[in-house]
Amino acid sequence: MSISQEGIHCNYLNEMDLVWDRPDTFTDTTLHYCPGCGHSVINRLIMESVQELNIEEKTIGVAPVGCSVFAYHYMFIDMQEAAHGRASAVATGIKRILPDRIVFSYQGDGDLAAIGTAETIHTVNRGENILMLFINNGIYGMTGGQMSPTTLKGSITSTSPDGRDYNQHGYPLDITKIIAQMPGSAYVTRQSVDSANAVRKTKKAMMKSLKYQMDGGRGVCFIEIVSNCPSGWKMTPTESNEWLRNEIFNHYELGDIKQLPKLKTNEI
Amino acid sequence: MNKKILMKGNEALAEAAIRAGLKGYFGYPITPQSEILEYLSRHLVGSNRVFLQAESEVAAINMVYGAAGCGERVMTSTSSPGFSLMQEGISYIACAELPCLLVNVVRGGPGLGTIQPSQGDYFQAVKGGGHGDYKLLVYAPNSVQEMADFVYKGFDAADKYRTPVLILTDGALGQMMEPVVFPDYNPDNHYTNHSAWATRGKSKNRDPNVITTLNLEADAMEKTNIHLQAKYKSIMENEVMFETIETEDADFLLIAFGLTSRIAHKALEMARENNIKVGLLRPQTLFPFPTQAIAELAENVQAILTIEMNAGQMVEDVRLAVNGRTPVYFYGRMGGVIPQPNEIYQKIKDVYHSSSKQISE
Amino acid sequence: MTKSSGHIIINIQKCKGCELCIIECPQNGMALSSNINQNGYHYAYLAEDICTGCTNCALICPEAIIKVYRKKKSKILKQPVSTL
Ligand SMILES: Cc1ncc(C[n+]2csc(CCOP(=O)(O)OP(=O)(O)O)c2C)c(N)n1
Ligand code: SF4
Ligand code: SF4
Repeated sequence: MSISQEGIHCNYLNEMDLVWDRPDTFTDTTLHYCPGCGHSVINRLIMESVQELNIEEKTIGVAPVGCSVFAYHYMFIDMQEAAHGRASAVATGIKRILPDRIVFSYQGDGDLAAIGTAETIHTVNRGENILMLFINNGIYGMTGGQMSPTTLKGSITSTSPDGRDYNQHGYPLDITKIIAQMPGSAYVTRQSVDSANAVRKTKKAMMKSLKYQMDGGRGVCFIEIVSNCPSGWKMTPTESNEWLRNEIFNHYELGDIKQLPKLKTNEI
Repeated sequence: MNKKILMKGNEALAEAAIRAGLKGYFGYPITPQSEILEYLSRHLVGSNRVFLQAESEVAAINMVYGAAGCGERVMTSTSSPGFSLMQEGISYIACAELPCLLVNVVRGGPGLGTIQPSQGDYFQAVKGGGHGDYKLLVYAPNSVQEMADFVYKGFDAADKYRTPVLILTDGALGQMMEPVVFPDYNPDNHYTNHSAWATRGKSKNRDPNVITTLNLEADAMEKTNIHLQAKYKSIMENEVMFETIETEDADFLLIAFGLTSRIAHKALEMARENNIKVGLLRPQTLFPFPTQAIAELAENVQAILTIEMNAGQMVEDVRLAVNGRTPVYFYGRMGGVIPQPNEIYQKIKDVYHSSSKQISE
Repeated sequence: MTKSSGHIIINIQKCKGCELCIIECPQNGMALSSNINQNGYHYAYLAEDICTGCTNCALICPEAIIKVYRKKKSKILKQPVSTL
C-alpha cells in the first residue's frame, strides 16, 4: 500500500528515534470497529501491555459477544471466544486448568452487567486470579444501540426512545462499585480512553494488573473503562468524547476504587 | 482380574472419571446427580486437578468450555433442568469441537417435575437440544458397571472426534448399588496431545490458536457445518453399540435402553416362559443409533414393542429404522414412574395376539 | 524540510477520519485532508511543522496507524546538570 504523505515531510527521519509504533502483538488486520470507537484503543492497549511484559507466550484472552467479538483477529495470542455473558466463566475454566498462565477477559456492559451478571459476581467472589476488562459504553453496540443496564437517565436508545425512565427501566447499574466491595477483588479502577492522558492511565492500570497476576497475586483485577459508542450514541467521535467528559463521567467517576494490595512475600 | 467393589452408580461414574485422567470438574448440585459432585469434591484432589462448584449450570458448562479449550480432560454432570440450562453452552462446545464429557442423570419432567428416574430427555440428548445442527455422542448405560465403563469410552471418543460426549442415565441407575470392576486403564496411554489447537499460550513457532464458533459469512459457516456433519457421519459408521438378547429365534422384538432395558429383560423372561419368542435389542449408544441392526431384525419379527420412561421418544427413531417392515408399538410410563415387568408382559401379550391375529387373517 | 524535534507518519489508507488525533495534538499541528483514501475517508495529516513527538496522536488513534519519531536524545540533557 502506498503511503502518499500529505503535508509536512521530513528529510532526516534517520536522525530520529521511532518512539511510537503499532505493537507487534496487535495484528495488521484493519479493525472492524466504527471510526473513533474506544474498543480499538482498548484492544490495542491490552496487547501493548502484554508485549511490554513479555508474556505473549503465556497469556490467554477471552473475547465476549458484543462489538469485540472479533478481538482475536487483532490480538496475536491464544484466545477463546465466549458465549454472550460467559467470558468470566470461560476465563475461570482456563485459569483453573492452567494456573500459571495469564488470563484476561474482555466484556461490554451488556455482556458483563446484564446477561452475565451472575458469572461476573461469582467470578469475583471466588477471587479468580484473572484480569477482567469491562468496557462500559452505556449501550448495546453490536445489536444496534439498545439500552443497556448502565445507560443513564434520559438517554435515548433504540429501546428507550423517550429516554431511560427509572420507573420503567430501573436504575443504571454500578457493578464496579459492587465489585469493589467484594473481598474477591484485588484491584478495582475506573478509567477511560477519551484523551492521550487517559490512555496512559488505562495502560498503567493494565500493566499493574497483569504484573500482579504474574507475581501470583490473589483476586480479580477489575478495570472498567468508561468508553464511547459514536454510532450508537449518534454522535461524531469528538462529540462522543465530549459527552463522556461533560455528562457520563459525572455519573461514573473516574479513578481507583480499590487500591492494589501490597503482595506479601509468601504470595510470590 | 481386578477386584469387585460394591458402589452406587453415580459414584462408580465419578471414580471412573478420576481413573480416566479427569483434570477438571465443574458442576452444580441437583438431585439425583449430586453424588457425582460430592464424590469428586472429596476425591478429585491433588495438583493439576480442579474441582469447582459453579454458581449455576450455565456457568459450569462455560467453565467446561474454557477448560476443554485448554485441551485437558474435563467434565460436568447434572440432571434434567440443569441440562436444559446447559444447552447454549453445549451448542458452542460442539461447534468449537471441544472434547469433554457430559452426564445427564435424568429425572421426571417437564418443569421442576420429580426427582424420580425418567427417560424424558431422549429428544434433547439425541436430537441436538441446543441451537443449530449438532449432535452429541450419547451413551446409555444400564448397569453400574456400564456407568463406569462408558466414562472411559466417552473420554476416548471425545478425544478422538474432538466432540462433546454425553452419558444419558437416570436417577435409579445413579442411586443403585451394584458390584463394579474398574478396568486397567492408564490415561497416559490414551492421552491425546491437543496442543495443535488448544489455547495454552502461543509458543514462538506457531500462530495463535483461537477457539471460536463465529463465522459471519454464510459460506464459511456452511463449511463448518459440512465438517461437523462429516464427523457425525464417521461417528455413525464407527461408534454404534448395542446389545441383543435372545433375538436369534425371536418373532417379537422389544427395544429399550437404560433402566427400561432391565425391566424389559424381565418381561422377556416371563414371555419366554409362556412360549412367546421374545428378543430384546438394547441400544448402548443412542446417537449413533443402531438403525441397521434394527432394520435387519425387523425383517424377521411380527412386531416390535418399544418401551421407554417417557411419552414415546426413541420410538420415533425405531420407526425410522423399521421403515414399515413390521408394526411398531410403544409402551411408556411418564413423570418418574418406572414400568413393572408384568405391565410390559401384559402389553407384549396384547400386541403379540393382535399382531399374530393380523398375520393369520 | 522539517525543523521541529518530532515527526509523525500516518498510514493514511487505514485512517477512518475520526479526528481524535487532531483534537489531541497539543501543538494544533494536524488537519483533516480534503482528499479521501481508498476507503472513502478523509484522512488526517501533519499540516504544521511543529510536531514535538509527544505521541498523543498515536495514543488516541483507534486504528494505531501513527508512527511517531523524535530527535535523538543524545544531545538533550534530560537530567538536571547538578546530578551529572
Ligand atoms: C444469548 C444471547 N442473547 C443475545 C445475543 C445478542 N447480542 C449480541 S451482542 C449483545 C449486546 C452487546 O452489548 P455490550 O455487551 O454492551 O457490548 P458492545 O457491543 O456495546 O461492545 C447482544 C444482546 C446473543 N449473541 N446471545
Ligand atoms: S457500534 Fe459502538 S461500540 Fe460498536 S464498534 Fe461501533 S462505535 Fe464501537
Ligand atoms: S486518530 Fe487515527 S484514524 Fe482518527 S483521524 Fe487520526 S489518524 Fe485517522
